[in-house]
Amino acid sequence: MVGVPLWWRTTETYRAWLPVSQIQELSKLQLQLSADVEVVFSRGTVTPEQQKKLPLTQTQDEEHRVDEDTALSYRYETRYRTATVMEEDALNQPTAAGEMLFASLSNQLSRCKHSVISVRPQVITSLILSCSSSAEADLSLHTLSESPCGSLVVYVIPESSTLLPQDVDVYIGRRRTAFLRIGAKMRVGRTLEQLLAHMEPRVKQVLQVMSFSHTDITAALSDRVRLSPGNKESIADSMRAFKSSPGYEITFSLLNPDPKSHRLHWDIEGAAQTYIQPLLTKLAPVANFSMDSQTLYYAVLGVSPRFDSSRSTYTLNADSLAHVINPVEARLGSNAASSNPVLNFLLYVPDAHHSPLYIHDRKKQEVPSNAFHSPRWGGIMVYNVNDFYGPEAVFPVDINIDMAKVMGVFLAQLRLLLGVQSSSAPPGFLVAPCGTAGLADWELDRLMWSRSVENVATATTTITSLAQLLDQIGNIVINDNIAEQVSSAVTSLQLAVAELESGNLGFALQYSKEAILASERAFFDPSLLHLLYFPDDQKFAIYIPLFLPMCVPILLSLLKIISDARQKRRDKQAKKD
Amino acid sequence: MLAGVCFGDEPCLLIPSRKTTIKHANVLIFFLFSQENAGQFFSSGHTNNWAVLVCTSRFWFNYRHVANTLSVYRSVKRLGIPDSHIVLMLADDMACNHRNPKPATVFSHKNMELNVYGDDVEVDYRGYEVTVENFLRVLTGRLPPSTPRAPSVINEQIHCWILPLHSYTVVSYIKCHGGNGFLKFQDSEEISNVELADAFEQMWQKRRYNELLFIIDTCQGASMYERFYSPNLMALASSQVGEDSLSHQPDLAIGVHLMDRYTFYLLEFLEDIHPASKTNMNDLFKVCPKSHCVSTPGHRTDLFLRDPGSVLVTDFFGSVRKVELTMETINLTGHIKQWEESAADGEPRKETYSYSDQLPVSEIIHQKPKQKDWHPPDGFILGLWTLILLVFFKTYGIKHLKHIF
Repeated sequence: MVGVPLWWRTTETYRAWLPVSQIQELSKLQLQLSADVEVVFSRGTVTPEQQKKLPLTQTQDEEHRVDEDTALSYRYETRYRTATVMEEDALNQPTAAGEMLFASLSNQLSRCKHSVISVRPQVITSLILSCSSSAEADLSLHTLSESPCGSLVVYVIPESSTLLPQDVDVYIGRRRTAFLRIGAKMRVGRTLEQLLAHMEPRVKQVLQVMSFSHTDITAALSDRVRLSPGNKESIADSMRAFKSSPGYEITFSLLNPDPKSHRLHWDIEGAAQTYIQPLLTKLAPVANFSMDSQTLYYAVLGVSPRFDSSRSTYTLNADSLAHVINPVEARLGSNAASSNPVLNFLLYVPDAHHSPLYIHDRKKQEVPSNAFHSPRWGGIMVYNVNDFYGPEAVFPVDINIDMAKVMGVFLAQLRLLLGVQSSSAPPGFLVAPCGTAGLADWELDRLMWSRSVENVATATTTITSLAQLLDQIGNIVINDNIAEQVSSAVTSLQLAVAELESGNLGFALQYSKEAILASERAFFDPSLLHLLYFPDDQKFAIYIPLFLPMCVPILLSLLKIISDARQKRRDKQAKKD
Repeated sequence: MLAGVCFGDEPCLLIPSRKTTIKHANVLIFFLFSQENAGQFFSSGHTNNWAVLVCTSRFWFNYRHVANTLSVYRSVKRLGIPDSHIVLMLADDMACNHRNPKPATVFSHKNMELNVYGDDVEVDYRGYEVTVENFLRVLTGRLPPSTPRAPSVINEQIHCWILPLHSYTVVSYIKCHGGNGFLKFQDSEEISNVELADAFEQMWQKRRYNELLFIIDTCQGASMYERFYSPNLMALASSQVGEDSLSHQPDLAIGVHLMDRYTFYLLEFLEDIHPASKTNMNDLFKVCPKSHCVSTPGHRTDLFLRDPGSVLVTDFFGSVRKVELTMETINLTGHIKQWEESAADGEPRKETYSYSDQLPVSEIIHQKPKQKDWHPPDGFILGLWTLILLVFFKTYGIKHLKHIF
C-alpha cells in the first residue's frame, strides 16, 4: 500500500505544466493583416462638389482560406482626401533643372536678337513642367510628411499632368508614395461613387506591388502549408531567400588563384561601409548582420573553363556553374562563434592564363554582370583584370579593384538572397531605382510583412508540434525553463497576431521575432531527449522476478484472512439462528 | 582462415542494460534526408541533401564496419553531397590502429585495391563520441549551444542547432551490430527501434526532413524499421528478422574481413550511378538478392508518399546546387568614404590586449572549502533510526529506556 505510490513517484518523469489549451487555439492560425492607404486627390482630379464630400474613409476586407488550419484576411483602410496646398506645390513645382533649361533658353533667345523666333508660352510651360521629374516631386512630398511603417500614400494626378512620362500610369517612389494617373474616362464629371469605384481596383493594384499580396503571404507560409506548385515565381522567390533568422553573417572573399601574376588590392572595408552598410542599417529591424572578409590564395574553381575561339575568351556556361561551389566552399572559413546563416560573396579574379573569363547563359550570350548566385548560399562574381595591363607588364602586377562595380553586383545579389522581391512590376508601372541605401521603404515594408507572417507561422508550427510531441512521447522530462519558454512564446505570438491586426508592422515584427526565438529555444532545448524508454515487456521482465516471490505469501495470507472472516461470519450466522 | 563469420549469434534479450555480444549485426543506418522535392522550378530536383553515416562498432575485428561506412561516404561525396552536409560518425579508428599492417589506410576491397581513407575524410564524431545520445541529438537537433558548426549540421534557422532542416533529403546509413529490435552502440549502449521511430517523428514534426531514406546493414535489420510511423520514410535493411547479415571477403594480409555482403553489392550498384543517371528506387531494392547475400534484404515503402518507382536514386544520394544567373545590378556612384582618425586628440587609442588566464592556478590553490549548508536529516535517515529504535524497544521493553538516558 505504501509501496505502490512510492514506486509511482520515483519512476515518473518530471513534466512541468504547459499551456496546452492556448497552444491548441494557436494551431488554428487566423491572421489578419491591415494596411492603411491614403489616397490624395490633387487639383484637377475632383470637382469642387466632390471635394466637399471628402475626406472619406472606406474599409475593405478580403478573406482567404489557405487550408483547414490557416485562414488569412486582409483589411485595407482607405482614406480619401484632397491635397493640401503644400502638396500641390510639391507636385507642380518646376525643378532646378527646369529652371536652368529655361534660363539657358532665354539666354539663347536674347542672343539671337536678329532672328525672329516666336516661342509660344505653352511650349515653355510644358518644358518646365516636364523637367519637374517625378523623383523630385517624390522627395519634396516626403519632406512634408513621413508615412509610418506599413502604410501607403497614393497621389492621384490629373491625366494631363506631365509629371509622369507618356506611357506610364503609375510611378512608385522610393519612399512609401506612389503617383497614379487618373484615367481618361474620369475627365467628364462623374459622381464621387463612380470615381471611387474606378479608383479602387487601380489602388488595389498599387497595393499588390507596394504592400503585401496574397501570393507573397502564402509563399511566406510555405513552412506551414504544403504548397501546390501553382505560382512558380513566388515559389522560386521563397526558395531563393534565406529563411527568417535573427541574424545573418555576410562574408566577402577574394579568390586569387594566381598571386604570381596579380597582386590584388581591394578596399573592402571602405566599400562595405559605404555601399553595403546603409542597406544593413536600414534592414536592422529585420535582422542583425555581421560582415567579414577574407582573401584566399591559390583557390581555383572546380570547373575548367572552355576557350571560345570566336571571341577569344574563356567561358563558363550555365550548366557547369553548379559544380563550382562545392570545392570552393570547403576552403571558405566561417565564424565558429555564431550559428547564424552565412551569405558568402566571392570575387574571383581569373589567373593570367585563363583571362578573360565570361559567364554565358543558356543562349550562349554573355551575362552582363558576369556573376551568378546560388539560393540560400551566396553569390560569385568573376572580375577580369586583363585590361589593366599590357602584354609586356612585369609580373606581379598591382591591380586596384573597382569596388563600386563589384559592390553593385553584390548588393543586387544580397537583395535577392534576403528576399527583397524581384518580380517585375505590371505594365504601365515605373518603379524608382532604389537609392544609396539599396532598398526602398516600401520594399522594406514588404519584407517586414512577409517576415512577420513567416515568423508567426513557423513559431505556431513549432509550438504546436512541440506540444504534440511531448504528449505523444510520455518519457521526455519537461523542465521548468522549457515551460517558461513555451509560455513566453505563446504570449509573444498572441501579441504579434494582435499587432498585425491593428496594423503596427514594427511591433508585430518584433513580437514575432521574440516568439520564434523562444519557441525554437524551447523545441531544441538539449534536455528534451527521450533517453528513458521502458517498454512494457521489459518492465514486466524486471519486476516479476523481484516481486513475485514476495507477493506469494502475502496473497496466500490475504486469502486465509478472507476465508477466516467468512468462516466467522458463517459461525455468527449459525449462532444467531 | 577466417570463414564467413556471421553465424551463431547469441540470443538477444530485451533488457536494456545488458551488454550484447552479437558479433555481426552490422548496423548501417545510412540516413539520406532529402530536402526540397518540389522539383518543378529550377532544373534539378535535389538541392539540399544530407547524409548521416554511422558506424558504431569498436575493435579491430569490426574493421569491415568502418570500411563499409567509409566506402559509402566516398560514394556519397562522389555523387555531389559536400562535406558540410555529411555527418560521419566512426566509433573506432581503424586506420591508426596498431594492429593495422598498413597504417593510415582502410581498404574496402581485397588485395588492397582501394584505400577509402584518403586525404579528405572528415569525421565528425569519432571514438567515444559516438553514443546513442549524440546520435539522437544530431538527428533531432537538440545540441548544446557549445557545439561547433561543422558536426551539428542540419539547421539553418536559428542558433544552437545548426542542422539545416526543412525538407532536405537525408540519407542515413548505420552500420553496427544489432538484434531484434535494437542496435548496439559501442558495446555498452543500445538504441531500440521505438526510440529511433520517435526520433524520426520528432524530425518530422520540426520538418527537418522532406524525405528520408534509411539503410541499415545489421543482423535482423528489418526489425529496426518495423516501428516507424512518420510519413515520407523509406527503409532498407540487409536482413529480415531472424536472419544474420554476413560478411563478404576476408583479406589475408590485413587479417580481417573487409566488407559485408549487403554493403558490397550496394556499393557496386552505386558505382554505376552518376549525377545524371535515372535509376530509381526499385532497382535499389533489388540489390543483393538472396543468392549473393545469403540473407534476405527487406525494404519498407508504405510510409513514403511518392511511388518508389518514380524516385531517382540521385534524389537521395546526389546533390547539385541550384544556381541562377544574376541579371540585375545596382548602379553605385558614390565614392568610398575614407576613414577618419577617430580620436579628437590626435593620438590613436591604445588598447592593451592580454591573454585571459587559461588555468587560474592561484584561485584553485587558495580556494577555501565551500561552506556546506546544514540540512536536517532527510526522511530516509529518520526512518531508519525510527525503525532501529522501534525494534530495540520492542525487543527489550520500554522499561530499559531510563537506563539509556
